[in-house]
Amino acid sequence: MRVIEGINTSLHRFLADDPAAHIMGEDILDPYGGAFKATKGLSSAFPGRVLTTPISEASIAGVATGMALKGKPVCVEIMFGDFVTLCTDQLVNHMSKLPWVYNDQIAVPVVVRAPMGGKRGYGATHSQSLEKHFCGVPGLTVVAVSQYCDIAAVYAAAFASGTPHLIIENKLSYARRLEQRDVAPHAEPDIAIVTYGGSTEVCVAAADRLDAEEELAVNVIEVTTLSPFDRDGLRERIGDCRHVLVVEEGADGWGFAAEVSRALMGLPGLSFASICGPAHPIPSTKSWETALLPNETNVVAAALDLIL
Amino acid sequence: MHHFADLVSNHAADDRTCDYMLMSLIRQFETKLLDLFSQGLLSGTTHTCIGQEANAIALMAAIDKDIDTVWSNHRCHGHFLAYCGEVHRLFAEIVGRASGVCGGRGGSQHLAWRNFFSSGIQGGLVPLAVGTALADRDKGAITNVFLGDGTMGEGYVYEGLNLASLWDCPVLFVVEDNGIAQTTPRDRGVAGRIAERARPFDIESASVRSTDLAVLKPAAQEAARYVRERGRPFWLHIETVRLRAHSKSDDTRSEAELEALRELDCLDLLRAGMNGETDLLDTEVAAYLDACFDAAMKDPEPCA
Ligand SMILES: Cc1ncc(C[n+]2csc(CCOP(=O)(O)OP(=O)(O)O)c2C)c(N)n1
Repeated sequence: MRVIEGINTSLHRFLADDPAAHIMGEDILDPYGGAFKATKGLSSAFPGRVLTTPISEASIAGVATGMALKGKPVCVEIMFGDFVTLCTDQLVNHMSKLPWVYNDQIAVPVVVRAPMGGKRGYGATHSQSLEKHFCGVPGLTVVAVSQYCDIAAVYAAAFASGTPHLIIENKLSYARRLEQRDVAPHAEPDIAIVTYGGSTEVCVAAADRLDAEEELAVNVIEVTTLSPFDRDGLRERIGDCRHVLVVEEGADGWGFAAEVSRALMGLPGLSFASICGPAHPIPSTKSWETALLPNETNVVAAALDLIL
Repeated sequence: MHHFADLVSNHAADDRTCDYMLMSLIRQFETKLLDLFSQGLLSGTTHTCIGQEANAIALMAAIDKDIDTVWSNHRCHGHFLAYCGEVHRLFAEIVGRASGVCGGRGGSQHLAWRNFFSSGIQGGLVPLAVGTALADRDKGAITNVFLGDGTMGEGYVYEGLNLASLWDCPVLFVVEDNGIAQTTPRDRGVAGRIAERARPFDIESASVRSTDLAVLKPAAQEAARYVRERGRPFWLHIETVRLRAHSKSDDTRSEAELEALRELDCLDLLRAGMNGETDLLDTEVAAYLDACFDAAMKDPEPCA
């Protein structure tokens, strides 16, 4: 099963399990089934509960909030993650905030799905990884998935939580086969690579190469819940390893690497480095884009730099 | 504290007296807040609805409070008091007490009580109104959302009109057009005519230029009935007046302009149609307000 099918199955289950549940988004009806086919088959199986919307991201998130607080949970698809900026006011000022401000008199079971990431040559406005802008928002849980995580469990937990979630999917990962593989198998690794979402694949490939070519034991630590960030949990997973590389695709600064470094601050003898996306927009030239973003080659090089 | 409804039922034999007591309550509540602010006894901000009370009373009389939902805005005290009359709890919220409607988390502009909600982002609640209307449509419920003329500048309004029309959502859009947004007069903030904003979306509308409760009540009833019976949105445009500052003391209008607006004071209009008993009612309401405020001040703070 591929990632996109795993997601599709989870959405199917969401609608099947709760007769009040709805899905909303742009171009999500059959026969098209969404720009990446995540919702394929759903409108045929659950007519009336899969709502195709006008191109109104801000309002889709708001309508979902209104429905959810009336006991109708909604999963929203944002066609390209880049467009989630249009939902910022709803995510930050409404969906995540009102339950607390209203003294928990309402609950907002809304899950927003946003496909992020580059390397498909889509250019500056369809390739970004904008999740850091939504991390650290009280009341909003931000989750990222890849082919290595238990997609069914992550989605089921988000739907069961009854609270606002933003799930970051990755456009390249959609086509990958689900792989229940332990990517952090070593008890005493030489290097720990901390990453999430679409960058996990690159890190796993780099770890395999460092093992094959350099006989280095590398654990890839995939973080699924980006926000709120579990600092203690991360320190536990790092264990005694003191060579830590952080890999993320988002633009440089105020991001995942900063949060990881905060979690590890004060560890004696820590050797720390990070790789991230460029400090300028992503170019559409595919080879250039791939060179700028974390890739197997630059991750291997950074890991070797760290250890040597 | 006993409920405001009990006070009213002790006095009011007829609808007009009930309406008068409610309008007097809202007016005096808001005036008291301004007094307290000027004495430095309150912190934060407030937006009083002085001059616009009749809109709140008319709309709340037109809905079914058991099932309908109301989305208010920053200028929400009148809407709230007309919705539920929870005076003590509103005072408690504004002075930051655990007994407040939101336990002291919300304050003046973030209220929630049963199916009544308000918040402080202009236009941001419009899509939520579409959502609640859609969610509760099968119950026969409608959703009412309040907007100001200045909020016509927000894209949310037009996204909401589009969706509400496309999806047959029973949303009653109520525009309280007081001709000014903070300090920006309508002719600097709004192009075209507010009354006609909804037409291109195939949404029916009505425009009322009045502060007279006797005119506003049937207009609101008619609008709410249309929304419920047709299962369609409706756009009710009310030309009204803001008689006091935007919030506490920020009024840039001239005294002459305000003088003219005061001619349209909804409380005076209502009082004119009544016998001499209004002074007595005002006094009763004032005593009730004082008692509610004093009780709220004695309640514990949420962080205590
Ligand atoms: C999105 C947003 N922008 C600006 C403000 C600041 N603000 C609060 S009320 C207000 C004026 C609103 O005018 P209008 O919609 O006409 O309502 P009125 O105050 O006249 O009742 C402004 C600018 C806000 N609360 N939200």
